[in-house]
Amino acid sequence: MPLKQEIVAFTIAFSIFIVILELVREKKLREEYSWLWLLTSAGLIILTIRYDILIWITYMIGAVLPTSTLFFFAIIFLMLVCIQFSIRISRLTNQVKDLTQEITILRANNIEKIRT
Amino acid sequence: MKSDTLVIVPAYNEEKNIEKVVHSIKKLYPFLDLIVINDGSTDMTAAKAQSAGALVLSHPFNMGYGVSLQTGYKYAVYNNYQYLVQIDGDGQHDPSSIGKLLEVIKKGSADIVLGSRFIEGNNYRTSIFRMVGIYLFRYVLKLLSGKEIKDVTTGFQAMNRRVLDLFITDVFPCDYPDADVILLLSRLGFNIQEIPVIMYSNADGKSMHNNPVKVLYYIFKMILSMFLTKLRKY
Repeated sequence: MPLKQEIVAFTIAFSIFIVILELVREKKLREEYSWLWLLTSAGLIILTIRYDILIWITYMIGAVLPTSTLFFFAIIFLMLVCIQFSIRISRLTNQVKDLTQEITILRANNIEKIRT
Repeated sequence: MKSDTLVIVPAYNEEKNIEKVVHSIKKLYPFLDLIVINDGSTDMTAAKAQSAGALVLSHPFNMGYGVSLQTGYKYAVYNNYQYLVQIDGDGQHDPSSIGKLLEVIKKGSADIVLGSRFIEGNNYRTSIFRMVGIYLFRYVLKLLSGKEIKDVTTGFQAMNRRVLDLFITDVFPCDYPDADVILLLSRLGFNIQEIPVIMYSNADGKSMHNNPVKVLYYIFKMILSMFLTKLRKY
């Protein structure tokens, strides 16, 4: 890999890693969501330093170009993130529903108590 | 004295009909407790239901028909009711049939009674889309559970405490509770009965069943939900 390309790729990968770490440190991102991101950015950093690993993976999965290997894994990563979000959203929706129902019932029971 | 039976009326933007529904239930069955679940209506539904004499449970925002029903079920269980009747707030269901539903439930011959618009000579009219849906659900239900229910999409039902205790848990499909609920109940060995009731076509005609895209989505969703109910372990 040309040096220029390596520097750009490394800088981006490293920045992503730092940003995620910083977000978790400041508690803007919960740890449970961060591991997938950290893992991926760490993977990216390793791949930019050790290009031969990328070539080896490319060979192993039967791809022709190292770039397709990167795209392939990028798509898998995005899919995993989406699935993780869908699971969370389903759970949150359920929790919001339960809370809404509880509030509604508590409020009604209060009104009834005041009435009697 | 508190009644052992609760009537729940889910309503969303029903200011035109809710008063009449509440009044007629109160007039016909003054000994039953009645709540209206106002699903975040943006009109005068809550005020009208309250002035008509019902206790109103208001969702802070619109949550959908199934969630409204489940709010009613939870209220019933928390307040220790033994029987529950649900009737739509749009005036489609005739409250005079409540007695018939309750009679069957209280006799103990069924855990849940469905008010059907198709059993006897009922001059109920609905859109062609909805009819296709109903026939399809009826067929799938029979295929998956062997049960023959004529009106699988009815919202006019009465149930006992056993069913309520199940419906307040996560197994109740809150987004579109319909044929999949019947399938769930039959899988779990509950006794389901269907009796004829009087139903009118929706006077307002604002029902979602007139929008073909929504109906198609609904049919797809329901069939999926039914197959999932069949596949799940309980």
